Parts: sequence; structure tokens; C-alpha cells
Amino acid sequence: MAVQKFPVEATHIMMFARAIGDPNPAYFDPESAEAKAAGGIVAPPTFPWASMQFDEDNPLRPKPGKPWFGSGREPSGETLEGGGGLHAEQSFEFHQPVRPGMVLTSTGREGAAWTKESKRGGSLAFTETLTDYRDQSGQLVVTARTVGVIPEVTPSKEA
Amino acid sequence: MSVSKSSLSIGDSKTMVVVDNLTRSQIVMYAGASGDYNPLHTDEVFATQVAGYPSVFAHGMLTMGATGRLVTDWFGPENVAYYGVRFVNQVWPGDTLTVTATVVSEITEESGQWLATIGVETVNQHGAVVVSGTAKVTLA
Repeated sequence: MAVQKFPVEATHIMMFARAIGDPNPAYFDPESAEAKAAGGIVAPPTFPWASMQFDEDNPLRPKPGKPWFGSGREPSGETLEGGGGLHAEQSFEFHQPVRPGMVLTSTGREGAAWTKESKRGGSLAFTETLTDYRDQSGQLVVTARTVGVIPEVTPSKEA
Repeated sequence: MSVSKSSLSIGDSKTMVVVDNLTRSQIVMYAGASGDYNPLHTDEVFATQVAGYPSVFAHGMLTMGATGRLVTDWFGPENVAYYGVRFVNQVWPGDTLTVTATVVSEITEESGQWLATIGVETVNQHGAVVVSGTAKVTLA
């Protein structure tokens, strides 16, 4: 995933914090003791994931005039190319906190790839992607590591 | 906000309920905030009739984000140097998630900063682990 321009905005941070159910005022109220202690408004650690909003090619966002694979008149519209992958692992390494006013650029690099036997006798194909987020002055802010897995068998319907 | 090195010991632990009876609406909020509108998470008709799941389920990243709250409440969001998890089980509407964070190793010094390693584990109401991971936080 490469994102040319991910402007980090205070309102987006507030909405993201609400969505993860985190009421910490450091995420929305610059006058709060929490924000002052944090050196101003700061983003929750997993906020870099919201760069998906700024990915032109994000296949998981409906776009006007383009087919969508979710339901409308029918239960399913289109088939999503390359679907079926699951998120196996995620990490973020912070070189500095993410703050409003930053304009981030992300570049992805391929990492390792490996396979593992699944408990149900199929095989699991893992791929690792490393993503660097830099600010407008080129400083590294976050390095993210994503491991995706494509199971050979249909996902279990049990929790 | 920083936690001081002298106030922290191996084995120190905190527990918090970060999601109580997960609603489909919270999953939709997460889709809107993150930009991941995958109908497996947002579209009950698609998830059940097309994909064959019992219902929609939460984004793994929603669970990771909710889990992080205990770490950021304890150490301050500006002091998180690393946060990583493995997604172990799916999270469904109605689930209640409880996080436990534990200081798991000696406090170390890295480029003049004190760092603590925190193990995090989130379980659902049945006691099944949903995510498991590690955070590194800087201390005062």
C-alpha cells in the first residue's frame, strides 16, 4: 500500500478514537490535562491504519460508478479480485508520535513469505509487508508491519 | 504523562474491559474512521448470505485499537514506542472484551531512554484469546 498524501487531522483522530471506544481526552481536547501531558493532541497507536482513507486504490471502499461486492438489490454485487486474505499480525514501531498537522506519505516494501500447515490439513500462505510513514520533511514517523494469510480452506464459521 | 521507572516492576499488571457487548454500529464506526468498508464487517446480508458467516464480525484492527487503550491509559499514548499483535480469533457482535497488560521483562535502556516491555492479551466473554501481543513504552 502506498499513499501519496495522508493529512493527519484532529477531527479524524477524534473519530478514530471514538470508533475504537477510547475516550482519552488526549485524542480530542487540546485543553485537557491528558493532551497537555502528551505535548498536545496525539493519535492512538493504531491510527496509521486509517491511511486507507487516502489510498486511491483501496479496494475496500465503495466508489461512485464502480461495481461494489457488498449487497444492494442483491445480496452480492461483484467479486473482489484477490479477496479471501485475512489479517494475521500487525505492528507499529513509532519513531515519533503521530500528531495533527503532519502530512504523511507511506511506501510499502515486501517482506518475507512463508507457508504453514493448517490444523485442518490445508496450507496457509503468509506474506509480510513493511510500510514506512514519513512526514512532510521526510522524517520517518512510523514503520508498520502487516502479515496477511491466505488459507487454502474455507474460513471456519465458528468463533 | 509518563510512568516512572522506579514505580514499575516485572509482573505489574492491569486489566480493563474495553468493549462491553460489541454493537454492529461500533463496527460501522470503525469502518468509517479507518476506511476499511469490507462488507464482511459492515453488511449483514453479504456476510451471512454470500460469505456464509453467522453474522458480520469486527475488523481485527478494531480489536487491536480497543486493546491499545489499556496501554495508552497506563503509560500515555505519546510514550508508545512499539505496539504489535497477532489476531487469534474473530470478534463478533455481542462480544465483551477484557484486556490484561503485564510488565514482562526487565526495564532496559535504549539510546538514553528507559523502555518497558508489556505483554497484552485480550479475551472474549468465553475466555478465548482474540488478540495477543506486545507493547514497548518509554518511561520517565
